[in-house]
Amino acid sequence: MPQGPDIAPGRLTDAELALNFSDAHPPLTHAQAVVEADRCFYCYDAPCIEACPTGIDIPRFIRAIATDNMAGSARVILESNILGGSCARVCPTEILCEQKCVHNTREEGQPIRIGMLQRHATDWQMEHGGQPFTRAPSTGKRVAIVGAGPAGLACAHRLAMHGHDVMIFDRHALAGGLNEYGVAAYKLADDFAQREVDFLLAIGGISFAGSEVLGRDMTVAGLRREYDAVFLAVGLAGVRSLGIEGEDLDGVMDAVDFIEGLRSTSKQTVPVGRRVVVIGGGNTAVDAAVQARRLGADEVTLVYRRGAENMSATPVEREWAQTNGVTVRLWASPVRLVARDGALAGIEFARGAKGADGRATYDAQDTFIQEADMVLKAVGQTFLPDPLNGESIAIAGGRIVVDENGETTMPGVYAGGDCTPGEDLTVAAVRDGRNAAEAIHAAFTAAVAK
Amino acid sequence: MADLRTNFVGIRSPNPFWLASAPPTDKEYNIRRAFEAGWGGVVWKTLGEDPPVVNVSSRYGSLDYNGTRMIGLNNIELISDRPLATNIAEIKSVKRDYPDRAVVVSLMVPCVEESWKAILPIVEETGADGIELNFGCPHGMSERNMGAAVGQVPEYVEMVTRWCKQNTRMPVIVKLTPNITNILMPARAALRGGADAVSLINTIQSVIGVDLDLMAPMPTVDGKGTHGGYCGPAVKPIALRMIGDIARDPELARLPISGIGGIGSWRDAAEFLAMGASTLQVCTAAMHYGFRIVEDMADGLSAWMDQKGYATIDDVTGRAIERFVPWNQLNMKFNTIAKIDQDACIKCGLCHIACEDTSHQAIAKTRVDGERHYEVIDAECVGCNLCAHVCPVSDCITMQPQPVDGVLTWPEHPNNPARVAVES
Repeated sequence: MPQGPDIAPGRLTDAELALNFSDAHPPLTHAQAVVEADRCFYCYDAPCIEACPTGIDIPRFIRAIATDNMAGSARVILESNILGGSCARVCPTEILCEQKCVHNTREEGQPIRIGMLQRHATDWQMEHGGQPFTRAPSTGKRVAIVGAGPAGLACAHRLAMHGHDVMIFDRHALAGGLNEYGVAAYKLADDFAQREVDFLLAIGGISFAGSEVLGRDMTVAGLRREYDAVFLAVGLAGVRSLGIEGEDLDGVMDAVDFIEGLRSTSKQTVPVGRRVVVIGGGNTAVDAAVQARRLGADEVTLVYRRGAENMSATPVEREWAQTNGVTVRLWASPVRLVARDGALAGIEFARGAKGADGRATYDAQDTFIQEADMVLKAVGQTFLPDPLNGESIAIAGGRIVVDENGETTMPGVYAGGDCTPGEDLTVAAVRDGRNAAEAIHAAFTAAVAK
Repeated sequence: MADLRTNFVGIRSPNPFWLASAPPTDKEYNIRRAFEAGWGGVVWKTLGEDPPVVNVSSRYGSLDYNGTRMIGLNNIELISDRPLATNIAEIKSVKRDYPDRAVVVSLMVPCVEESWKAILPIVEETGADGIELNFGCPHGMSERNMGAAVGQVPEYVEMVTRWCKQNTRMPVIVKLTPNITNILMPARAALRGGADAVSLINTIQSVIGVDLDLMAPMPTVDGKGTHGGYCGPAVKPIALRMIGDIARDPELARLPISGIGGIGSWRDAAEFLAMGASTLQVCTAAMHYGFRIVEDMADGLSAWMDQKGYATIDDVTGRAIERFVPWNQLNMKFNTIAKIDQDACIKCGLCHIACEDTSHQAIAKTRVDGERHYEVIDAECVGCNLCAHVCPVSDCITMQPQPVDGVLTWPEHPNNPARVAVES
């Protein structure tokens, strides 16, 4: 009997899986939060604020924690970033606010744990205070949003605050975008993505329609005719392929599909290889690798074609992978997937090094084979322009072109988040959505004034 | 190795650290533990007449600040609530077993001579080294015309002190209340009455805080609160000033002072000595951390004295007094300017906003190569020190004294309408 790759669900018990996919970084107690808040210098014109894409007044919300003004603290966060709860969990704070904390220059570099404090305040609000904002009186204006990820939700909430009616469409059944389908489960444990969506939608005036696909069920031009404005927050629906022999073998899959699968179903039913190889150097690669381990894979190897300093995953993420038992191999470029008796057996890599000009060079003669039952590809996601075919929306460098207001080349159609240029961060998407909402609101207001 | 021994109006102790008359010195058990821990002396918690007073349950309130507990403490406890005979027997027992330590007994009886005449021989018989007259307790006892009610009337201070001096051979220390306008008045009255020394400060009348759920001042007793006596680190500045006022007063210059008020470290102790104290009384710090704190106090004081070349406590006592002057004697020509050590600066902006919002707009906020940069505008700086105080980094902002061209005090200043003409 031909031996297929060893891929199976249920490698661990329910109890083990529950533990492995519980909160990776448990919240601070209130007493811990107050001690941490008291450490904050309450800087003036604080560098941390500048480092936050959404510009949260960080010293102010931290001071409010110190004085036990929890509702005030949460409000300061949420008025800049309505997804402050998920950003507190998924933001790479080590390269954002916490990297700029002035404490880094003293006390052996112990920045204030801003992310954990933000989580403390927003958790308090969701548990005790509910939705803190109210809608302005209805304006009668209607806005369509395509994509219910962080950018779309942030845009919807801000538009609702201004009294506009919002309709959000998403190709998935549930709202949340990457928070629901793309981020590692232990970062947003206990169904946080849906709880946050519910919290956000509680402002009212926002409708959600799932399983609606742009280009299939609707067009931008059609939406533009039906609504007073449109916001596109469609993210990156495409994935890059390796472009090598054997990519269609069973057991070779995209890391985003693997993660989406395990976010959407019971962990007990998710098949995972005994030996897993993840190709890539970003957060998706790390999330896939660690979750493969936590599903019970024996050996997980993350292979990246260049050096550690070139990885887009932060050093903190890389260490997280390593402490979770993921082996990280650098300077290795995939050459071909190796089949044995027609089934995936491994993947061959060419060893490389940094050349004299700083670029990576690989020696096609110097290869090694990494045995694998499963290969997860995480070599980048791309914007898929197909649903916009035929629309007068300019695309450049693989992303939708927008002006400083987030407006595309098609009047009244705005875009933000990963489908537009800039850093692919949750917090940047929230900023884009919020700012686009303000621009749409300003345009409505200006039109009324005329 | 510095000699920490003290001889305070004939009362000898191996070091200047005494426990003040307060809850920690209420019983033999506590005091034996204190002496084992190394305290030089104690002032036994105030004795009164029988029947003893009754203390309420819920007695202390704490002032916490930015995560630091008990920077101030207030209490509504009264004097010893144990029978006089119990205290007397315990004092005798302790003094017998610790002859080298100072055992001073705090007293408070009604303001009639018979009451004082009656209690003094009883105390004397214990072998105690001296008495301290509690003219300071600001709550509970003052409503019964004792404690601060006496201490606030110089004539009563003088009268009671005289009664004591006439009726005992023991040295008499008069403990002064800070709840008055001018500390010199009761201090002089004590001297007139024949006091051997004064001790100060007693606690300050205070409401430590309000329970916003009960809507009652804290600490609450069955839903109600009352004012209490305030002590702990936060009162130290008030104590230093009052001690200094007495120490520099020509009439009182030779009156020994036992310093009290927020002493919690050897550095506090050294400051109290410098301002004129020759023994030191401690309470709140011991209540916060236990008697063991005396170890570092004695050790640290000794090390500092060695470093500075002070051989004895007397060498330190009053060292700062000749430089503790009325404002009128300050040199108005002196100028000091803030300087920011740019390498040490962490760019928190606190110096800038403090100066910009609340002082003299003398710290400019700029960007150099995109980095935050804060720079003192020398011409605008009045040398107020605020920036140096708010800076979280030690020695990042230092005050730089400028060259001084002579001396000009307010009495001679041209702006002073009542100036004294300077002879040319």
